[in-house]
Amino acid sequence: MASSIKIQKIAELLDARIVCGEQFTDSEVNHAFASDLMSDVLTLESEQLVLITGLTNMQTVRTAEMADINCIVFVRGKKVTPDMIEVAEDNNMVLIECQYSMFRTIGILYEAGVSPIY
Amino acid sequence: MEFNYEVEGGNFTKAGNAASNVKKVLKQLNVDPKIIKRIVVALYEGEVNVVAHAYKGNVLVDIDTDRIYIKIQDEGPGIPDIDLAMQVGYSTASAMVREMGFGAGMGLPNMKRNADTIDITSKVGEGTIVELTTKLTS
Repeated sequence: MASSIKIQKIAELLDARIVCGEQFTDSEVNHAFASDLMSDVLTLESEQLVLITGLTNMQTVRTAEMADINCIVFVRGKKVTPDMIEVAEDNNMVLIECQYSMFRTIGILYEAGVSPIY
Repeated sequence: MEFNYEVEGGNFTKAGNAASNVKKVLKQLNVDPKIIKRIVVALYEGEVNVVAHAYKGNVLVDIDTDRIYIKIQDEGPGIPDIDLAMQVGYSTASAMVREMGFGAGMGLPNMKRNADTIDITSKVGEGTIVELTTKLTS
């Protein structure tokens, strides 16, 4: 059984900035998936997961929308654009900007008990 | 209920507009979220395919009480070998498409996985038609 973690806690652990969806940061996630390839994200069947990615474009948010992913952590200091925020807000999504590398981000979350999907 | 959406070849910013709208409609109809996810993932993959490969396209969505029918039609180069295109990992996508997070040769196989039936017809030099049908109840 995976342990769950609040989105707020994820942002704290990563010393990261919540860009939008502050009102949903009390919700919990069980799993994380890290990928810059959206095709892989679209094959996942899990829910309540956080997506960790360095890909910052509209298609990242659209992919999350279709895959029922409510939280995206953008790593390597990537910046979210206003049109991404618009779609994220429309879908009650939390977007987080993190300065850490993907490896460091994943390590911290793994240590905190966030489970892989497979 | 019938809906029509235009898809612009090469314009990634708009890819997903049709799937996003269809998701909202299916939610309002109280369709099981797991079924909605299958439908919109397949449609979104289809939109990305049109943006990635074709000049322009059109999505027709017909929602009945028990099933959804989606027809994605494009004007584009067509698919010379559909069996090959259905193989996971086979891709003709450009570097630009790969930079957008796609183009790994997973689109058509993932559409097949997420639809009850898929029919693909294509003419080289003219375009491709992908038809998806999925039941709205499990």
